[in-house]
Amino acid sequence: MKFLNHLTFGQYIPAESPVHTLDPRAKILSVLVLLTGIFLVRHPLAFIPWGLLLAGLTALSRLPFSMVLRSAKPVLILVIFTSLIHIFFTDGRPLIDLRIVVVTREGVTMAVYMGLRLLFLVLFASFLTLTTKPMELSDGLERLFSPLVPLGFPAHELAMMMTIALRFIPTLLDETDRILKAQLARGASFDRGGIWKRLKAFLPVLIPLFVIVFARAEDLATAMESRNYRGGEGRTRMNPLRWTGADTAALGGILLFVALLFLADRRFLS
Amino acid sequence: MLPKRVCELRDVTYVYPGEAAGDSPPVRPALDRVSLSIREGEWVALLGNNGSGKSTLAKHLNALLLPTQGDCFVYGMSTRRSEDIFSIRSSVAMVFQNPENQIVGTVVEEDAAFGPENQGIPPLEIRQRVDAALDAVGLLEKRKKPVYTLSGGEKQRLAVAGALAMDTPCLVLDEATAMLDPQGRADLLAVLSALHEKGKTIISITHRLEEITPCDRAIVLHSGRVAWDGGIADLFLRSSSFRTWGLDIPPLVSLWADLRRRDGMEMPPLPSLNEMAEALCP
Repeated sequence: MKFLNHLTFGQYIPAESPVHTLDPRAKILSVLVLLTGIFLVRHPLAFIPWGLLLAGLTALSRLPFSMVLRSAKPVLILVIFTSLIHIFFTDGRPLIDLRIVVVTREGVTMAVYMGLRLLFLVLFASFLTLTTKPMELSDGLERLFSPLVPLGFPAHELAMMMTIALRFIPTLLDETDRILKAQLARGASFDRGGIWKRLKAFLPVLIPLFVIVFARAEDLATAMESRNYRGGEGRTRMNPLRWTGADTAALGGILLFVALLFLADRRFLS
Repeated sequence: MLPKRVCELRDVTYVYPGEAAGDSPPVRPALDRVSLSIREGEWVALLGNNGSGKSTLAKHLNALLLPTQGDCFVYGMSTRRSEDIFSIRSSVAMVFQNPENQIVGTVVEEDAAFGPENQGIPPLEIRQRVDAALDAVGLLEKRKKPVYTLSGGEKQRLAVAGALAMDTPCLVLDEATAMLDPQGRADLLAVLSALHEKGKTIISITHRLEEITPCDRAIVLHSGRVAWDGGIADLFLRSSSFRTWGLDIPPLVSLWADLRRRDGMEMPPLPSLNEMAEALCP
């Protein structure tokens, strides 16, 4: 049995859909536009079109809606925490007055509002990772940042680091698992005692792990060098990214959607 | 015309940095005045026990290490000239012992493409090379799979495919069979035999003598020096020296050598199970 196999990473879900085949650059830019939109649009009713858009995109991507919703689970605590802070610490007309804590009408509105905002942020961002391969994502980021390369921005290096990190996460999880078991076999316990004791119990896991990581890094660097790696210079790709009409249409559609929502929002608020 | 020289070492001595200087007593160099040359199309077995300098020698052939003294030439190019390093690495591909530490891509075909991508090959040709390399090692069906779903043997074969996709005339394998099960080892040897037939120069580093029968030539390193350089059949005749070189004598080889020493025993030129059985029970 493995201790660490409940962790899933790079949660990409393969499927044949128009969303999956879009250029990663189009998807990254669209998500950026959407995230900006969520922050700019302030009318509470705006959550209806956001929700409809997410539902529409999910249908188009052929992913189950529940799966997209589930991807927000890890940040749910953060969302609830933020909402609670807003409920209790916003000034305004009191709704419930318990002397020590005062819940205001504005506070409740703010809480619902900020919670939903955060939730949509996470949902749209994870929709990107659900429908885009990690390698495509790092390729897309590299190409998007390539105009900054003459200014000294290490676009290729960052993308390569991201790829290697993704490549080695499963390997290192296996390694950690092995060390944990080896220490357990020698009578170590990781689930007894106070926090301080437990942290101390992890030291014999962390130290061998670090040693292994450094040895691996050295080997990997040698192997990459022997495979003629010289950084981004002169490098070609087996699957070069191709921007098609569909990508322009998708990005254009999202831009139009956010722009209209923004204009409507300004009209309603004024 | 004599076959071209793939690589040539002239009096190469190598001392690992940090060991040369310092207050500790002078240590033995990893390679000690090694001279040898390997011709095009040869399949050379590089043998030796742990610490004999096999891996250090292999890293010289790819300009990963530069000689402390002496010179190393690969296809006539000195590994000391930094302008030639890219060409040298495009002529000699290396497979290391631990596949886990040399796989860069997250998906099988992306890793196989890493070498040719670095070489600046056009996309269509990379696709062809990757497909051919994955086919040669029997991984074509798994080309879209994430690397972590592969077994140890499959990862080792992927590492070989990554080197094959670079389409170099020479391939160096540093104990590439060490992590394979007997079946995986036999499969890899079959792949290498096929490549050898097509004229690829292969240098396999190993300490498993069972694996070297298909090779043309054996070089034994001992304490950083060349202890033996010659044909495979001649090497097996010298099995009495194996213990001094730190090599294990496989049971089949010792049986073959013992039987050969007796009068009237006709033995095949190489210790192979089938041929020996044939000779003993005609």
